[in-house]
Amino acid sequence: MLLSRTLLRRHSVLPGFDLALGFAVLYVSLLVLVPLSAAFFKTFTLTWQQFVDATTSPRVMASYRLTFGASLLAALLNAIAGLAVAWVLVRYRFPGQRIIDALVDLPFALPTAVAGIALTAIYAKNGWIGQWLPFKVSFTPIGVWVALVFIGLPFVVRTVQPVLEDVNRELEEAAATLGADRWVTFRRVIFPIVMPALLTGFALAFARALGEYGSVIFIAGNMPMVSEITPLLIITKLEQYDYAGATAIAVVMLLISFVLLLVINALQAWARKRQGGV
Amino acid sequence: MNGRRKPTEEPAWVRRLLIGFALVFLTFFLFIPLATVFVEAFKKGVEVYWAAIVEPDALAAVKLTLIAAVISVPLNLVFGIAAAWCIAKFDFRGKNVLLTLIDLPFSVSPVIAGLIYVLVFGLQGWFGEWLRDNDLKVIFAVPGIVLATVFVTFPFVARELIPLMQAQGIEQEEAARVLGAGGWQIFWRVTLPNVKWALLYGVILCNARAMGEFGAVSVVSGHIRGQTNTMPLHIEILYNEYQFAAAFAVASLLALLALVTLVLKYAVEQRVKASMKVQHEH
Repeated sequence: MLLSRTLLRRHSVLPGFDLALGFAVLYVSLLVLVPLSAAFFKTFTLTWQQFVDATTSPRVMASYRLTFGASLLAALLNAIAGLAVAWVLVRYRFPGQRIIDALVDLPFALPTAVAGIALTAIYAKNGWIGQWLPFKVSFTPIGVWVALVFIGLPFVVRTVQPVLEDVNRELEEAAATLGADRWVTFRRVIFPIVMPALLTGFALAFARALGEYGSVIFIAGNMPMVSEITPLLIITKLEQYDYAGATAIAVVMLLISFVLLLVINALQAWARKRQGGV
Repeated sequence: MNGRRKPTEEPAWVRRLLIGFALVFLTFFLFIPLATVFVEAFKKGVEVYWAAIVEPDALAAVKLTLIAAVISVPLNLVFGIAAAWCIAKFDFRGKNVLLTLIDLPFSVSPVIAGLIYVLVFGLQGWFGEWLRDNDLKVIFAVPGIVLATVFVTFPFVARELIPLMQAQGIEQEEAARVLGAGGWQIFWRVTLPNVKWALLYGVILCNARAMGEFGAVSVVSGHIRGQTNTMPLHIEILYNEYQFAAAFAVASLLALLALVTLVLKYAVEQRVKASMKVQHEH
């Protein structure tokens, strides 16, 4: 009764608010909030200098550069190719389209370890694709990028697709009547409509890529300073029983995730407003 | 159309170019990886494939994966319903905070998800000594694996239910209430039938992730063969021992699960769309 009296903005005749909210909050607290706070408490056992040393040593900095760089480039390709895939799926008809549409979600459904070993095999020097390439992919930073492209692939497609389906075709007809060719219509009419969704998809793919572990560690080769991602570094420190050091890096990553989460929420609100307005 | 295109359509060469680009991209990053799993799994013949799957450690891994899913999916189902009920049917202070918290596991690295449980239940952790004194094991044991799995999968059901239940509003429930129905009666007779497809959809996604989780489980498992290895961890061990055919054989089971998930997802998606439409027309 207490919850409903203090929190409810409007009286409701429906029952179950206290039970449902009480359970949901308890569940989230025990599973997420308390364990997450443990990470912050653990970090407080370090002095500021120790924290800075743990999170900015050359090996850690190299892992940030790789993780952020590869994630950014992967999200970029996903934004461009994802927009093309969404466009093709919404606007054109071609054989196998429905199967391809369904398969776009594969990276969501396929366990990351499976994706990791499959990509490593394909892009290795004697692999299906790797043997035709003039440069090495597996066991290099390029491999990290390939894995991150794979796991981020559905995000842009799935955020842009519904918006593209909803674009009012009369706007395009109006643009054509006013003398705009397709390219101008795309740039000036369609692109502004899908842009918020595109940015949301990009941010989601980027956020996912930053934390990705399973698909990357097989293909990366994991050489310190060269192809070692930050999540792996956390595990390495844990295995050396350097709990505080591992947690310090984790806290840096967590803070970045929180910021990204806020950005994504703002983008989604913007996208909804845009979509409602058109 | 006598070769003349409508002004709202792209020229044929643009269309072909775009379709070509999309297909090449998907082929390199999606279709070939999927096909590889099955090709590599059967490379050394059906016997090797079969042997890799019925081997005791593999079976133990399958069993543990099923245990983790069987515990975490129902827990997250109940949570998803509770969270969706209060978020979609009531207007309360702090709703956005709860919504953000539900999204959190999507943006936290799985490695960090595992790490935080080590900090709470590990030997050096908050409850470490107490657990050791009472001869209980969470980290490097099954309970830790279940906890990590619950963490990474808990948004799925809630995320599917909330938008649908928000769109459906509360008129039907209110009508039931006025007609004298009790809380559980309203839930079972009115709300649940309205959201059953979205619920199933959420459960399918939740299950797929629960069975395939790697990073979080890897941190808390300890990798004890036959005891704390789930299927994805078993694949890793086989792969690192250069038993590629065996690794891909076990992987093919998970790839099959992913394909089944996609088929079910596609079927259920159509139903959800249909129920959204019905809701729209009312």
